[in-house]
Amino acid sequence: MSLKNKLKKITISHLFFPIMCLLIVLVVNVIKTPNFFEISINNGVLYGYVIDVINRGSELVILALGMTLVTAASKGQDISVGATMAVAAAVCCQILSGGEASVTGFQNSLLLAMLTALVVAAACGALNGFLVAKMHIQPMVATLILYTAGRGIAQLVTKGQITYIRVDSYKILGGYIPGCPVPTPIFVAIAAAVIIALLFKFTTLGLYIESVGINSNASRLVGLNSTKIIFIVYVICGVLAGIAGLVNSSRIYSADANNIGLNLEMDAILAVALGGNLLSGGKFNLAGSIIGAYTIQALSTTLYAMDVKADQLPVYKAVVVIIIVTLQSEVFRSFIKNLRTKNTGHGGSALNKEVQ
Amino acid sequence: MSDKLQPKVSQKKTLSSTTFLLLITIGLFIVMYVAGMILLADKGFSKPQMFCNLLIDNAGLIVISLGLTIVMITGGIDISVGSVTALVCMASAYSMEKSGASVYMALALSLGIGLAFGIVQGFLVSYLKIQPFIVTLAGMFFGRGMTAIISTEMISIKNTTFLSWAQFKISLPIGTVNKKGIFQAAYIYPTVIVALLALVVVFMMLRYTKFGRSLYAIGGNDQSAMMMGLNVKRTKFVAYIISGFLAGLGGFLFCLNTGAGFVEQAKGLEMDAISASVIGGTMLSGGVGNPIGTLFGVMIKGTINSLITTQGTLSSWWVRIAVAALLCFFIVLQSIIGSKGKKRKKS
Amino acid sequence: MQEVILTMRGICKSFPGVKALNQVDFTLRQGEIHALMGENGAGKSTLIKALTGVYSMDAGEIKLQDTSIVNHSPQEAQGNGISTVYQEISLCPNLTVAENLYIGREPRKLGMIDWKTMNRLAGELLSSLSIAVSPTSQLDDCSIAIQQMIAIARAIDMQCKVLILDEPTSSLDDDEVGKLFTLMRQLKKQNVGIVFVTHFLEQVYEVCDKITVLRNGELVGEYLVSELPRVQLVAKMMGKEFDDLASLKSDASIQDVEEGDAFITAQKLGCVGKIKPFDLKLYKGEVVGLTGLLGSGRSELVRAIYGADKPDSGTLKINHQETKINTPLDAIKKGMAYLPEDRKRDGIIADLSVRENIIIALQAKRGLLKPMSRKEMEEFADQYIDLLQIKTASRETPIKSLSGGNQQKVIIGRWLLTNPEYLILDEPTRGIDVGTKTEIQKLVLRLAGEGMSITFISSEIEEMLRVCSRMIVMRDGQKVGELNQDELNQDTIMQTIAGGEGHHES
Repeated sequence: MSLKNKLKKITISHLFFPIMCLLIVLVVNVIKTPNFFEISINNGVLYGYVIDVINRGSELVILALGMTLVTAASKGQDISVGATMAVAAAVCCQILSGGEASVTGFQNSLLLAMLTALVVAAACGALNGFLVAKMHIQPMVATLILYTAGRGIAQLVTKGQITYIRVDSYKILGGYIPGCPVPTPIFVAIAAAVIIALLFKFTTLGLYIESVGINSNASRLVGLNSTKIIFIVYVICGVLAGIAGLVNSSRIYSADANNIGLNLEMDAILAVALGGNLLSGGKFNLAGSIIGAYTIQALSTTLYAMDVKADQLPVYKAVVVIIIVTLQSEVFRSFIKNLRTKNTGHGGSALNKEVQ
Repeated sequence: MSDKLQPKVSQKKTLSSTTFLLLITIGLFIVMYVAGMILLADKGFSKPQMFCNLLIDNAGLIVISLGLTIVMITGGIDISVGSVTALVCMASAYSMEKSGASVYMALALSLGIGLAFGIVQGFLVSYLKIQPFIVTLAGMFFGRGMTAIISTEMISIKNTTFLSWAQFKISLPIGTVNKKGIFQAAYIYPTVIVALLALVVVFMMLRYTKFGRSLYAIGGNDQSAMMMGLNVKRTKFVAYIISGFLAGLGGFLFCLNTGAGFVEQAKGLEMDAISASVIGGTMLSGGVGNPIGTLFGVMIKGTINSLITTQGTLSSWWVRIAVAALLCFFIVLQSIIGSKGKKRKKS
Repeated sequence: MQEVILTMRGICKSFPGVKALNQVDFTLRQGEIHALMGENGAGKSTLIKALTGVYSMDAGEIKLQDTSIVNHSPQEAQGNGISTVYQEISLCPNLTVAENLYIGREPRKLGMIDWKTMNRLAGELLSSLSIAVSPTSQLDDCSIAIQQMIAIARAIDMQCKVLILDEPTSSLDDDEVGKLFTLMRQLKKQNVGIVFVTHFLEQVYEVCDKITVLRNGELVGEYLVSELPRVQLVAKMMGKEFDDLASLKSDASIQDVEEGDAFITAQKLGCVGKIKPFDLKLYKGEVVGLTGLLGSGRSELVRAIYGADKPDSGTLKINHQETKINTPLDAIKKGMAYLPEDRKRDGIIADLSVRENIIIALQAKRGLLKPMSRKEMEEFADQYIDLLQIKTASRETPIKSLSGGNQQKVIIGRWLLTNPEYLILDEPTRGIDVGTKTEIQKLVLRLAGEGMSITFISSEIEEMLRVCSRMIVMRDGQKVGELNQDELNQDTIMQTIAGGEGHHES
């Protein structure tokens, strides 16, 4: 294959865009922090900027998986994922603490607490799924309800205080498994991705999601039930948000209803977009979203290194989102196409105005 | 002309679905407020000042919600208004306290910020046809972030003219007699007057101007509107600009009420504004909306807030939850009424 | 003879690859209701769009009352007095009747809209046209017929001289059509020239004065309704000559239909607004054709059987067992397959690959928990790419990159893969080259020979005659007749489609 063809093949690949973005961010990072890629082991545990990015990006990866599916099937986004994280964390910690604000021992079984939290998270997803799939409400509007109410519910569950679980075994999920140098969240993220991959291997869900997202008329005529599919997707997204919430809670060994998952929904949407997925639905690429998630985490790291405060980060992310959706917009694309045809000399034919 | 073919115009107007929704909203407000007056009379809920405080505390929200209603009538949405308010408060506070600007300059700055948001967001939505939710979600994060860039710490406003505007009491003829037997007139602040004026202007605009009616037409069916000769893109663009202006104005009123600027301010305000509009009868699908209904929507939210605050023992988070639940209820109600109407048409 | 109000001469319009209009003429007189008819691709809508400024013409001249005009947009056309009322109601459902009539030109007083005057003017306009509705009622509380009439009223009020009605009766029931015709006759008296684009034969003969027939972008002719028998009209629309002596008989004599037990029986199956209740018996091993003009309800009939449109009356029996088919999946599980007419909207899943498009129906039949292995999918895909000679770079190419004909083949492959007992093909050879058309027809006959029951819908009579052993004739939204093997010749078919005086319907 000639060099030109090879280049063409690479650029057309679906992963080209997300990988390019990641590389750009990594390069900027290395410039700012020359020892960015340095890894060391202290006290049996890995340290380094890179490790930090991969570690802290775990929750985002888990959220991005769910967000990708929701976007693909329902042509919209679920902005309640951050709130769902808070609810899950609140339920888990409250059960573990038996109602106290701070405990040093489990008051109830850890398994019970975590499972209940995930069930509640699934219920959140089910509510969203019901509103979108059955009531045909726009996804972002439907999820706006939990976006608002979610944290309130979480606050009520924790009785308005931050519940602390000062138990070593609780910190494992967000910290380290004794004897293992790799932070646990990384394993959780990998596990989530693997589970989703297995889900797609042993069921036809992946194909169905894409089909419904691309053409719901045709999908119906070939026998697919788009209501059921969209509902399932939102429940999955809810459960994933719940898992992310538990990881995050374990990191800070508490349930802080106000701050867990704060602004993460924006990051998740951004991850999906950076992953090369169209925010208007249809075909999706999970690997791209995962790369996108790490890219954003790396971007956050870059910005922190440039002395940007946590509260100020959203500005930069907002700008990136706007740039990406503009590039993805139909109007912009046909504008560029027209410019190109003008330049290559294909012109003159009267552009007919279609009223439709 | 044959009389047999004359349309029989019945004098009795059948209750249209939109009027029905509005009546539910007003009814709900009255029920809640009266319930409060009865149940919490001992805590002072039945005093006229309570009602006035409702207006005072929510003057900014009223104006912001009016802007949101305008945008929602065209079928769009704007979730950046909370952040715009925070940005306006912070910018005003900073300019007055750290840069020595006058109140008038702060006001102009606030309106300018609102307009800027309106212009950029409006352009992206109407001309580039990007989904309004994404655009304004980005706007929300941008605004919140900018607030933090101006200052991560709270700035209290001590500018004397500002404070005089904020605390100028306008007495009303009604009031209560306190324990000492002295008549205390209920009062409101100028912000309430501004809010009510805005309400009147928006109402007139929506009902009596060509622009206002074209907003409804576009929200109802933008293809048809275009076929009937309306300039859909430009109208939508202007709608966002107006909404931006009102967000800026409302933000300034909000600032007069809170007297400070800080990063976490007005978190969730967009939700309050959207809820107020929806509860007030504005349909999320567009084409239907009533500023009077929006006013009552705000009053309902305010009443819930007052009820819970006056009651004292319930957590303030219940307000958010109650509002979200009401929103959910009204969305489902709208959906049901919408589908019933379609069924009627088929037969 | 009334005065000529509109003349279009020598209109030509081409799009990349297709000549949509070729030297078409059209004449309209004042106070005349003039039908514009033609089958698929005839050029009706292109002609209208050229007149109203949606498209620009490549050549030709339009004259309105002796003045040459060129419309560059619908707004300009409206300004010149040419108004169009579309099939899709282009009014705003959330506004009142009066508002819809006056939006964009509301009467004003002191810079503000004068509601009282607007309502009064609206009331006067409505009663002058005998439209029985109150100006203050909301538009979507009115029936479709009334909405249509309001759209017409708006056009009239804007001083239109030429009123174009584009398929106005498609969503109306008989009573409502009657009301519309009353209005049209009233406008006729007011000297408005009306262009009535429709495919409903009966209606043309009921209310029109003249008919212009287009076919494949060319003018077939302009006729007086009183001088053109129905059969001749059908013949002209289909591009055939009606000749008593002509006999293009069916040569589908190979068929050996199993008489007796009907495989599928439909009784009074109907779907309100789409297809009037019908009875139908389908047998194994036979190919039944559905014929009729465009819009006669062919697709709607099969969609009612397949569950694509949920029927609201009647029963369906498969092998004498009453079955409820509520969704396409029910139908698929019972062994049915449906190739839709609108490939782009209902057929292809654009961004998915050829492989995925081929296996999707079979996968849906197998269920969520039984995914096919990659190898299995590839084998299936290759099988049909080969069988149907689908031209594609690879089985992973997105189907949207294929040509129309090849896309069609993929969809056919999709349904053949499900090994159906009953196969519905709605315009399967549209957009396919002649060689492949014949292959598909041969394939259909072979499948029938192997015992499949097939329903075949096509606009081309020869094709149907080659393949079908029985024909169901549709007209104006209902089944009007059945023709058996010996009656299957072109002329009988056209006569049945045309109907008319002295014809007995089965």
